[in-house]
Amino acid sequence: MDLNLTEEELSFRDELRTWLAANLPKDWNEWREKPIEESFPYLRAWQRKLQEGCWAAVSWPKEFGGRSATLMQQAIFWEEMARVEAPPMANSLGLGLIGPTIIAYGTEAQKLRFIPKILSAEEIWCQGFSEPNAGSDLAGLQMEAVLDGNHYIVNGQKVWTSYGWVGNWCELVVRTDSSVAKHKGLTVLLVDMKSPGVEVRPLRQMTGESEFNELFFRDVRVPAENVLGKVNDGWNVAVSTLMYERGSYGARLHLIFKRYITRLIELARITPRNGRPAAEDPLIRQKLAQCSAEIEIMRFNQMRAFSRITAAGVPGPEGSIQKIFWSELNQRFQQIAQELLGPYGQLLAGDPHAIDKGMWSYGYLRTRGNTIEAGTSEVQRNIIGHFVLGLPRSY
Amino acid sequence: MQFGLSESQEFLKDSARKFFAGECPSAETRRLMETDTAYDAALWSKLTDQGYSGIIFPEELGGVGLGNVELMLLMEEAGRALLPGPFFSTVVLAGSVLEAVASAANKNKYLAPICRGEARATVAILEANTSWNPRDIHLSVTNGTLTGEKLFVTDAGVADFIIVIARNGVFVVDSKTRGLKISPMSSMDLTRKLYTVELADTPAEEIGTTANLARAFDIATAALAAELVGGMQRTLDITVEYAKTRKQFGKPIGMFQAVQHQCADMYLETESARSAVYYAGWALEENSPDAATAVSIAKMYASDAGRTVGNRGIQIHGGMGFTWENDVHLYYRRAKGSETTFGDATFHRERIASLVIDSGSVTAKSAQIGRPKDPFHE
Repeated sequence: MDLNLTEEELSFRDELRTWLAANLPKDWNEWREKPIEESFPYLRAWQRKLQEGCWAAVSWPKEFGGRSATLMQQAIFWEEMARVEAPPMANSLGLGLIGPTIIAYGTEAQKLRFIPKILSAEEIWCQGFSEPNAGSDLAGLQMEAVLDGNHYIVNGQKVWTSYGWVGNWCELVVRTDSSVAKHKGLTVLLVDMKSPGVEVRPLRQMTGESEFNELFFRDVRVPAENVLGKVNDGWNVAVSTLMYERGSYGARLHLIFKRYITRLIELARITPRNGRPAAEDPLIRQKLAQCSAEIEIMRFNQMRAFSRITAAGVPGPEGSIQKIFWSELNQRFQQIAQELLGPYGQLLAGDPHAIDKGMWSYGYLRTRGNTIEAGTSEVQRNIIGHFVLGLPRSY
Repeated sequence: MQFGLSESQEFLKDSARKFFAGECPSAETRRLMETDTAYDAALWSKLTDQGYSGIIFPEELGGVGLGNVELMLLMEEAGRALLPGPFFSTVVLAGSVLEAVASAANKNKYLAPICRGEARATVAILEANTSWNPRDIHLSVTNGTLTGEKLFVTDAGVADFIIVIARNGVFVVDSKTRGLKISPMSSMDLTRKLYTVELADTPAEEIGTTANLARAFDIATAALAAELVGGMQRTLDITVEYAKTRKQFGKPIGMFQAVQHQCADMYLETESARSAVYYAGWALEENSPDAATAVSIAKMYASDAGRTVGNRGIQIHGGMGFTWENDVHLYYRRAKGSETTFGDATFHRERIASLVIDSGSVTAKSAQIGRPKDPFHE
């Protein structure tokens, strides 16, 4: 056990710090609160800049424009990005999930065609996985693809698609064989979102915004050469994409949470409670201390997980505790903020009395989604129960 | 950066697990817990032969010279086996206090025999007000003798000497000396016995000041959290095994999500406590600036998790979990003892608050209303 960074890790970090000092845009704060439709060109430009410095996809192999970074270096990358509050990259799904899947499963022609434009943010990618009747039970999805000559004809609906509104391409999971067990008849298609018959509708969520879309496919023709991996092996391809979802990206979470709790502690110092600052109220102190301790434990868990994955070579099912831990912690944290802020906590962005421009009311509502997106807490507990503890499958 | 165990750390942990499983199976723990002291001379001598009694102490004192991470691993394994007897009291508690406060001569006199397995000891801290802050201690030495009462002293019944924390110093009292009365307290954990220590004009040898106790207390606190992790792991293992084999409605109960998800939470709590404990061990070893905070985080989390893992384990066992013959309650009892020793979660949350929240501009303001900077150590 040695929690100090190695020479190699330090030089990676210092190179990145030097690059960020010279290249980080100074005006992100003016853009960050604008609607994403408005700021999207800004995020594309930022990704291109990162690509020029070879920082857009550090985990990718060198021959594809990455740095073949170790997991620990990737973690350092996301920590540093969070430390300087860098803008997100426009093509985050393409870089984080879909690019690596194409590198792993794609043909040479597919790699050549798609990878450079993922890196340069010329083509934005979205993911067509969940359906109205296939959420946690993803393998039960029904979107149908029928081979007609050298095209698949696709019909059906997808839901919860991030970046659908701006997506040029979609990693789409479809059913190509309904005569076999449900996860055996799936295939992954790479679909041009401008194909005739594709309709994208915004999905309004409980926060009032639309981060996600619904996708409707009516007789959409997809060239057979756009199958990713093998026909009817889509389950393995999709699962591999989902594995990347639990990758190094989480390394930035503890810094983000820390920034929030630091702000909440500041607020506790100026919020009166029983005639004294709330920061001196024993109950509030207990709750803030619990939360800040759990933020640290989240980081310790993460560091241990990275070391374990580095040793084993692949992420294991233990990663599920990370997902449960951060999402449930975030909800508890937002509730503490609500308790502290009292009636002010409910005020929305735009209200002149809102604290921190309505950030806390937004956070309270948005975090309800945390225990649902990227695998519900219930699914994560099933994964731990069955794959880690060896209990019999419950479903 | 590498947050996994090194090869030698894995080796130590494995061999400790095998040693405790072989020498201290559940039947042996149950036999010893029914005795007055939960101490067995043969087990103690095997344990000291392994070098465990000198694990973190310098080789010139007969110790092994390993670090605090290794101590956490050893305590985790001792906790998994529910090791009865005075290991924590002698090695972790008395040993760390001696190392922190005693002169070289007194280390030779008191710590070296502990390392060699020749002496058993404990530390008397708490008084009737049950405060862990040395500032709240009333007992003080006058003319070289101590008069007063200490409570909740672990394993005093088998100690060759007792380190007494007094208001004006740290003292060694020989357990055979005049004016010393040691009486058992009857408490939940049957595997680590508690005693009252009454002192009446008892001769005491001063070995140091209370100023340097903080580090020793931090090591002992982290070690208790490590021991809790071992207990949680064992409770989880026993419970998962039961959930796989116990059938109701024609199915193993572990198939039901209401049961399975509780097991998943036990796993999450155990692993999270383990992460916090390993980090605390490392921070102590490196004298990292956040070591005190890290220790409190570990003890806070493990104190609560030790109890909830036990709650879940008993519940999943159903009626069996409520019986005397099932081992889960033995771990549950130990967890309660360890939870309160060196401060429960509430205590450590307040300590974290004073270390983390009361920084910067607010510190001065809090100081005005008399809030101690660190309630654990002044």
